[in-house]
Amino acid sequence: MGDTVLLEVQRYRPGVDAAPVWQVYEVPYRREWTVLDALNHVKDRLDGTLSFRWACRMGVCGSCGMMVDGEPALTCAVYLERHLPGPIRVAPLKGFPVIRDLVVDISGFLEKLREVRPWIVRAVEKPLSEGEVLQTPEELAMYKQESMCINCMLCYSACPIVPLEPGFLGPAAIAIAQRYNQDSRDEGSRERLDLISRKDGIWSCTFVSECTTVCPKNVDPAGAIQRAKVTATLEWFRSVLLPRGSP
Amino acid sequence: MEEHAHDVLLIGGGGAGLRAAIAIAESHPGIDVAVVSKVYPMRSHTVAAEGGAAAVIKPEDSLDAHAYDTISGGDWLPDQDAVEDFVREAPGELLRLERWGCPWSRQPDGKVAVRPFGGMKIERTWYAADKTGFHLLHTLFQTSLKYPAVKRYDEWFVTRLLVDEGRCQGVTALETASGRLHALTARAVLIATGGCGRVFPFTTNANIKNGDGMALAYRAGVPLKDMEFVQYHPTGLPFTGILITEAARSEGGWLVNRDGYRYLQDYDLGRPEPRPVLRSMELGPRDRLSQAFVKEVQKGRTVDSPHGPVVHLDVRHLGEAVIDARIPFVRELCLKYENIDPVRELIPVRPVVHYMMGGVHTDREGATPLRGLYAAGEAACVSINGANRLGSNSLTEILVYGARAGKAAARFAAEAPPPSRAVLAQARDEERRLAEDLRPRRGGGERLADLRAEMHRSMEGGAGIYRDAAGLGASAAKIRELQERGRRLALDDASLAFNTELPAALELSYMLDVAEAIILSALRRTESRGSHQRTDHPGRDDARFLAHTLAFRAEDGPPRIEYLPVTLTRWPPGERVYGR
Repeated sequence: MGDTVLLEVQRYRPGVDAAPVWQVYEVPYRREWTVLDALNHVKDRLDGTLSFRWACRMGVCGSCGMMVDGEPALTCAVYLERHLPGPIRVAPLKGFPVIRDLVVDISGFLEKLREVRPWIVRAVEKPLSEGEVLQTPEELAMYKQESMCINCMLCYSACPIVPLEPGFLGPAAIAIAQRYNQDSRDEGSRERLDLISRKDGIWSCTFVSECTTVCPKNVDPAGAIQRAKVTATLEWFRSVLLPRGSP
Repeated sequence: MEEHAHDVLLIGGGGAGLRAAIAIAESHPGIDVAVVSKVYPMRSHTVAAEGGAAAVIKPEDSLDAHAYDTISGGDWLPDQDAVEDFVREAPGELLRLERWGCPWSRQPDGKVAVRPFGGMKIERTWYAADKTGFHLLHTLFQTSLKYPAVKRYDEWFVTRLLVDEGRCQGVTALETASGRLHALTARAVLIATGGCGRVFPFTTNANIKNGDGMALAYRAGVPLKDMEFVQYHPTGLPFTGILITEAARSEGGWLVNRDGYRYLQDYDLGRPEPRPVLRSMELGPRDRLSQAFVKEVQKGRTVDSPHGPVVHLDVRHLGEAVIDARIPFVRELCLKYENIDPVRELIPVRPVVHYMMGGVHTDREGATPLRGLYAAGEAACVSINGANRLGSNSLTEILVYGARAGKAAARFAAEAPPPSRAVLAQARDEERRLAEDLRPRRGGGERLADLRAEMHRSMEGGAGIYRDAAGLGASAAKIRELQERGRRLALDDASLAFNTELPAALELSYMLDVAEAIILSALRRTESRGSHQRTDHPGRDDARFLAHTLAFRAEDGPPRIEYLPVTLTRWPPGERVYGR
């Protein structure tokens, strides 16, 4: 192992490159460096034209997702050491339109997120003067896992359905819908279940579970989608078997 | 140039900006409001806050106790009328978050749980495990999607405030994706861009915390207040600067030196007890704990690491179950970024730049002296934090003042005349300035990363935990030199689409302006108070400095410094007593 490592970075500059090209950079190897540290070395010392997103460098803002040696990952949490001897290939997240270099367009997700109505719905809100709405630790645990999504988009990148069905709501948006459906304070689950049960919602998922494998926050979107399917099925049976207006 | 007109522009889409957006949408449904943010809102740095948010909810607590902890914690520099507003509105704000779905941690009976934090007489920190900021930000962002009135300009970078006839009437902003400059006009503008930790080399702050809004206001003639007060958090991971939350200590963690000795007992912070004691030892305030670290270094009692001296945070005695239930993110961060398991190993930590007590000068409603311009959150200085902010007051602050300033801006906008045509001419001037100042110059010029590194060295060297006139003077000269050299930047990137070098160059210029205000404010305050410690002026001097520093930008030369007396209501200045 030398004291440098090669990064092969996928470049795409609109108006300059007709198609994505690979560019090789030689960066110092440091044990404490992540792939993001190496990219910053390139940006600061070698080539100021390389574009990528990053912010918190502590795995919670969700900005720095990229493909590292073919796998979707948060680059702030991937140490160079794990990818020795290199070259380490860094590319934009698969499954999204590329704006430039390592920057992808995630605006489609933002629209899908709004579509699933990711907010608490209540017919009547308890006045603030009456204090908190009680929620036991057990009730909190019902949605806690899905509430951990950082919108990093790794699950969309890993999902085999996303490239085939661009309209597919996708793992994170459905997991977040389920997060609200399972919240004891919420009364909007029937409406939300209708939304995610549409053609390009939960039924598009073939349960490959790649989303759950790559999730850096253990959200388990695949499990959330399966649970939504069960609930939606039960709701459907109930609506067929019971007369309207029954509880 | 494209022009977009709105009633209120919110600059920044973190906690303060989003809280303001929702407040305006709810209280002024007719107002057209837009959030302009250089990142997608859920990337904002609110996301990284860990420990919790303070508000009185338990029967044994009181608003006066919260106010006293805040005022004494701030070394009597907070404005007491503002603190009284703050503690009164805090519980309602946290309850609102609860209604919107924030997963606050709960007691077995379903009520909201609270934990102690540093400098607190009674437990009053609401928390969502140790990812409170993350949950708070996503709750606000997702709730904001409910309001179609709230428009967003995601990944738009603000370069200038548009001011005409003494009134702020909009901004110019770069649309990052296309590289085009736009004019956004408004009847009121609210700055909610957060802090400026990246002025320093070792910080918990995200790469995006460059003091943008502070510099924008400063350049428009608005004073920056109390900029010398920079909070070092006592427990950052070496190298990365990643924060280990104060909750690790409130749950019972100990700070020990190379001998395994709980050294805080030597610094008038109380006696070591096996279990945490409020306002004592590890639950003392952040300024005092960070200062104690420097003294330990001087005594040779710290541990050498490849990244400088460290002490250890020991949470092993809490056990795996408590660590996983109460501070799971601490374990996750240590495992992923330090390759150690705090269940079995000591966590190496050192003080790290964390928070700016100072910011854009505002009144209690978030209004700045420039008509039509408001500010809230870390970017602003009301002041409730004074010379040292208490842990868990900042998340509450972004809610209380996001809402207050948002509503004040909406009220102003409802009465204000439409923006003048003159501001569009200014926007075109700005387009020319950017083209001229930041055109790529290959070879011969200054490299961005070099200037940034020199600024970092200078700020850490002269404006760190302990300061003196000589060091501050040297830093002031260095920053002037860097501002001059910054005019000869050599940028590599001439392209338009998602050019990230251009915003980085603008961020450097923002940081240099903010650095100048920090240094000059620190140089002129010849006393020691809270986080501002002058080795050449070790005592607090209430006769001269029970006052806020106001730094006004000068066209040429150092900023003009003025002072504004602190507002006292019911708590006369006294000694800060911890652990006794």
